Amino acid sequence: MELRVLVLAGGLSYERDVSLRSGRRVLDALKSTGIEAELHDADVSLLPALQADPPDAVVIALHGATGEDGSLRGVLDLCGVPYVGADARTARLAWDKPSAKARLREAGIPTPDWVALPHDRFSELGAVAVLDRIVSRLGLPLMVKPAQGGSGLGAAVVREAADLAAAMVGCFAYDSTALVEQYVAGTSLAVSIIDLGTGPSALPIVEIVPRDGVYDYAARYTAGLTTWHVPARLEPSVAARVTETALGAYQALGLRDLSRIDVIVSEDGEPHVLGCNVSPGLTETSLLPLAIQAAGVDLGAVLGALVERAVGRARRA
Amino acid sequence: MLNRLGSEQGATSLQYGIGQGTIELREQICEVMSLSGITGASPDDVVVTVGGQQALDLLARLFLDPGDVVLAEGPTYVGALGVFQAAQAQVRHVAMDADGLVPAALEEAIRANPRAKFLYTIPTFQNPAGVTLSAARREEILDICERAGLLVIEDDPYGMLSFEGDAPLPLRARRREGVFYCSTFSKTFAPGLRVGWILAPHAVREKLVMMSEANVLCPSAFAQGAVTQYLTTMPWREQIKVYREIYRERRDALLSALEDLMPAGTTWTRPSGGLFVWATLPEGLDSKAMMPRAIAARVAYVPGTGFYADGTGRGNMRLNFSFSAPERLREGVRRLSGVMEQELATRAVFGGTGPITPQRRRGSAAGDAPGPDLA
Repeated sequence: MELRVLVLAGGLSYERDVSLRSGRRVLDALKSTGIEAELHDADVSLLPALQADPPDAVVIALHGATGEDGSLRGVLDLCGVPYVGADARTARLAWDKPSAKARLREAGIPTPDWVALPHDRFSELGAVAVLDRIVSRLGLPLMVKPAQGGSGLGAAVVREAADLAAAMVGCFAYDSTALVEQYVAGTSLAVSIIDLGTGPSALPIVEIVPRDGVYDYAARYTAGLTTWHVPARLEPSVAARVTETALGAYQALGLRDLSRIDVIVSEDGEPHVLGCNVSPGLTETSLLPLAIQAAGVDLGAVLGALVERAVGRARRA
Repeated sequence: MLNRLGSEQGATSLQYGIGQGTIELREQICEVMSLSGITGASPDDVVVTVGGQQALDLLARLFLDPGDVVLAEGPTYVGALGVFQAAQAQVRHVAMDADGLVPAALEEAIRANPRAKFLYTIPTFQNPAGVTLSAARREEILDICERAGLLVIEDDPYGMLSFEGDAPLPLRARRREGVFYCSTFSKTFAPGLRVGWILAPHAVREKLVMMSEANVLCPSAFAQGAVTQYLTTMPWREQIKVYREIYRERRDALLSALEDLMPAGTTWTRPSGGLFVWATLPEGLDSKAMMPRAIAARVAYVPGTGFYADGTGRGNMRLNFSFSAPERLREGVRRLSGVMEQELATRAVFGGTGPITPQRRRGSAAGDAPGPDLA
């Protein structure tokens, strides 16, 4: 039976451009495998379109809140349309970094020590006193990021206590809650995990080497600012530990179909999970496509298989 | 109009043309320029370009070698910065005030950069600052450049969009030598056609034509035909009056909304024409860092950093009043003011966050974070 898929891309978020690029790539990949696919934005015309001509499944190439915080997935559940990827509840958990880190810690997965605080606590309790406590408890350097959000936007490394306040202001421009965690120096890695029906398996690990040391928005999406190594240049024993830890995180968070786990290996060779992404970027410079290519598989074939899984889940339900 | 172009001139308008541009259009361009006060220009000295952008590109290719210095207003047009950057030139900004370029600052810049290749200036309704070089200062600036042997590139896309009488005479109307005059039909007819021009001193006109031929072979004959048709058959002078009225009303709406709603400590320019207002934020606010809040509040502006080659401009933003109706402009200012209040509150909580340090530009102008188009 020929499948018809709606690829959702665009949305009103800081990552709209990235999403549109991901969406076009997904569209081409699906079409190359003979699946009938169309691109659609997440706007007021979406629900009427889903109702008028329900697709067999939806692939979400939306980044930022709409694609990742679970809310759109909840709406797709309401419409009875199956989709590829984590369910609404899991996406909500994974999207909120402090919640995801708490779940990882419960499951015994290492993640840098952290504190998450809303803007209002700083104004009520006095920012200077709270920042002092953070620095004396967590030490330096620190990583400041919005509790929710992606693409490295609003994130900053703080090496001196005096720079913490500015980093907090930058972060609060993106979200009303900030996550402050211990900065782990080491090798940045992305582990893409795919489950085509035989259980989750890790693709080759991607090592990220930003030219200027920080993997921020510009480093992610400007050609030439970052070098990737696939597979990562790790000792086999370290690579095995990284893969095991990432699979552990995938299971602890209850992820589904495909996800990207962000890991840093500290200088002593220990992996630490920084977070995960339920709607990983799929642009030319995104990490999941690099891993799929290194694995010697075709993006279209992987997505096609995931679409069939989603359709199968819906039939069984 | 386009139907007529197709039926009457289909054969020529879909063919190659000459590199300099059609003689019909160049004659019309001379007539358009005469309305701004540039009289007696010869169509021979006009080079039609693919929008004003190619005009800047040709001049940069003609004059600039890697490492050369260009003097330009600070802030200045982001598209010109891109052209000069591509030519590997260095831009030195010259200060402006409410009357445009400050002559003493220009003299100082020339002293500091005696080998500067040219002054790039948008004297009328400047982009992004919205200010206009006063008539008296035009003479002073021209005298200074003449004494220093410095060429002037006068970019004049907005001169016809005056809200309060006619704009001061262009620099090129005051001096024939040493001034390259560039303009475009993008702001007065249709930006999609990409038709602009350079009025060049006779001696270098041929070089510009040869460069343009190497660059694009010839400007689009179809687009030139469309502009010629428009200028010869449509009431375009009346249309410009209509634009002036629309934009004046919008400028007034923006200025009164700013007056009513902006947080204390904010200042802005009061343009007498053009499309832009340049705002300076209260101490400590950073237009670039504030952008995500603005996007979340569904209001857009262009952070000032895009208009400087040296990473400054964080305390400024460009507001464009030409596109939105008066009530939308007021709503935009209301949202922007809320965004600024929130940002000020956050900064107050964190007790000031030290000086804003200029950041090196990495990748494209907007590459550090996603943002609106800068054109």
